[in-house]
Amino acid sequence: MGEHNAGAGIPAQTQLQLIWRRFKHHRLGIVGTVIVFALTFMALFADFLSPYHYAQQHRQYSYVPPMQVHFFSEDGFSFQPFVYALERQRDALTFKTGYTEDRSQKFPIRFFVAGDPYKFLGLFETNIRLFGLGTPPESPGQLFLWGTDQSGRDLLSRTLIGARVSMAVGSVSITLSLFLGMLFGGLSGLYGGIVDTLIQRLVEIMQSFPGLPLFLALAAILPKAWSPTMVFFGIVFIFSLIGWPGLARILRGQILTLREQEFILAARAMGTSNMRIIFRHLLPNTLTTLIVTASLGIPGAILGESSLSFLGLGIRDPMASWGLLLNDFLGSTISNLSFHPWLMIPGLFIILAVLAFNFMGDALRDAVDPFNIN
Amino acid sequence: MTGFILRRLLQLVPTMLVISALSYFVIQLAPGDFLTRLKLNPRIDQETLLKQAKTLGLDKPAWQRYLIWLQGIVLRGDFGYSFEHHRKVWDLFIERLPATALITLPVFVFAWLISLPIGIYSATHQYSVGDNAFTFTTFLSLSIPDFFFALVLMFFLVEVFAVQSVGGLFSQQFIAAGWSWAKFWDYLQHLWPVVLVIGTGASAGLMRFMRGTMLDILNAHYVQTARAKGLNEHKVVYKHALRNAVNPMITIFGQSLSGLIQGALITAIVFNLPNVERLYFNALSIQDEYLTMTLLMFFATLLLVGNLLADIALAVVDPRIRYG
Repeated sequence: MGEHNAGAGIPAQTQLQLIWRRFKHHRLGIVGTVIVFALTFMALFADFLSPYHYAQQHRQYSYVPPMQVHFFSEDGFSFQPFVYALERQRDALTFKTGYTEDRSQKFPIRFFVAGDPYKFLGLFETNIRLFGLGTPPESPGQLFLWGTDQSGRDLLSRTLIGARVSMAVGSVSITLSLFLGMLFGGLSGLYGGIVDTLIQRLVEIMQSFPGLPLFLALAAILPKAWSPTMVFFGIVFIFSLIGWPGLARILRGQILTLREQEFILAARAMGTSNMRIIFRHLLPNTLTTLIVTASLGIPGAILGESSLSFLGLGIRDPMASWGLLLNDFLGSTISNLSFHPWLMIPGLFIILAVLAFNFMGDALRDAVDPFNIN
Repeated sequence: MTGFILRRLLQLVPTMLVISALSYFVIQLAPGDFLTRLKLNPRIDQETLLKQAKTLGLDKPAWQRYLIWLQGIVLRGDFGYSFEHHRKVWDLFIERLPATALITLPVFVFAWLISLPIGIYSATHQYSVGDNAFTFTTFLSLSIPDFFFALVLMFFLVEVFAVQSVGGLFSQQFIAAGWSWAKFWDYLQHLWPVVLVIGTGASAGLMRFMRGTMLDILNAHYVQTARAKGLNEHKVVYKHALRNAVNPMITIFGQSLSGLIQGALITAIVFNLPNVERLYFNALSIQDEYLTMTLLMFFATLLLVGNLLADIALAVVDPRIRYG
């Protein structure tokens, strides 16, 4: 017990405090965590933050490039940012539609302004949006900060809403795979014998499937008539179906080693009940592994969803996800890319989100390792 | 050893059977079948449809079709008939193999050649500027979806470098031509973007793995002992550490070919490559079921055989492994 006296001046720290202390030192991890929270916030308040309803079509404004916000006009500088009206013209030679600014009409960008109605956090109906030009009669202008797609839907609004699907798909599917992995891995490790053999055979077969081709085949099952929400849960289910075997294997291995360790033996010898051993000794020891595996699994799910939706097998119109927003480029790739490069913006969000989750997961893994002295 | 290999080969048979049955089940779950598109066409009458279904065997229940397909493979080596291409599945598959090899092998060599040295460097120079730069790059390339990377690359090729022919494996005039230097040059020009997209993702994973394995070993007691007895660093790294890092890499090596083929699936669609993966995606989307099944089995075989080869190699290399 000599060690306890050595640190007498320093108050003892709980495991959580130690983890937090190690986590804080991981600068990229902190940056990643901040970005993850920012993107989650963005997803939650997407309706409020976006100037238009995500499915609102402005048919006469197809493929508008990102519009410029101005602070200077012929009247000089003003703190009130504004946009000019859009003027559409057709190139006499190529017949391509283009847009220029009509400098005779100015539309001020206003904050906390009335716009398309939506349900705030799914709770109550409102039409107050963070910024916009206001509703048509008094303000007929357009505000497409990141441009529009083919049917004239505002890309900024769609990217913001897309964050919902893209951010949620990772966490929801990982939670479900964790549940399945814990159930099967736990049963396998705790009971052993015939249960263990059966589950392990199942895991082996699941793991000898060619993952990505099977994944596409599974996604092709989702009926065309399903609502966006159903499709979302369908995709989540497919992810966890493919994800749980790996988790179950990790968990089984952990429980097998833990079961034989002295502190469990000691607990047994003191007559601790089985339930108490599971919840007080086994689970807390596997929890960190689970959290780390989960946080490192989220980016995979986000990438998977974006690829599926890009191929047209995932989330469907009029709903949006970052991958689906890039679906325009599938097929008629090259001309579409050169003429409408702004439609690639959602791709940057995929990278940002995946990178942030990776950094967070990496820092978390280092932080929860009690043998890691930093 | 021979007994071990034989036993493992025999184990492949039931595994493949289960995989094929489950895959067939999954494919059948998709709504509609190959004829669904024709049903929507008002110019095709009911009678033609029924006749068509009879010719293709789609009037039989799914389990019967599966058994017929299986029987064909076992008895005659016949993998069935493609509904869409009106040709034998096997011929279609063989036709796409050269292009698949021309894409996958360069990526394979590229990924391993760059990831191993960098992995070793990163481990021996942990937290140096070089290591941090490589770590950041690997994180970035693991975070970019392949399809998006491919799109961005295409954009730059067309807009900045004004490349005329993007996508595919050859320019139009070389597709049917025999091999010549001009064709080879054309091939290389189409190949490098593909290698870059698939290869960076693949090598990023390999690099992280190599680095992790080397770090674990460099912290082991016997490495400490080797250093303590005054061995020079070169010998410590290359004789003591690296040789022990080989084992986990062999396991990864076995999965790597199958991983690359699967990884090329989405890139193949964006770049419109004439390989097996592209064929699979098309077959899947139009429910050309025997073609889909055969290609799925090809992917599964690659994975299983890769694992088997890795296990055999491990048993040869590592004296601690018992296979009796």
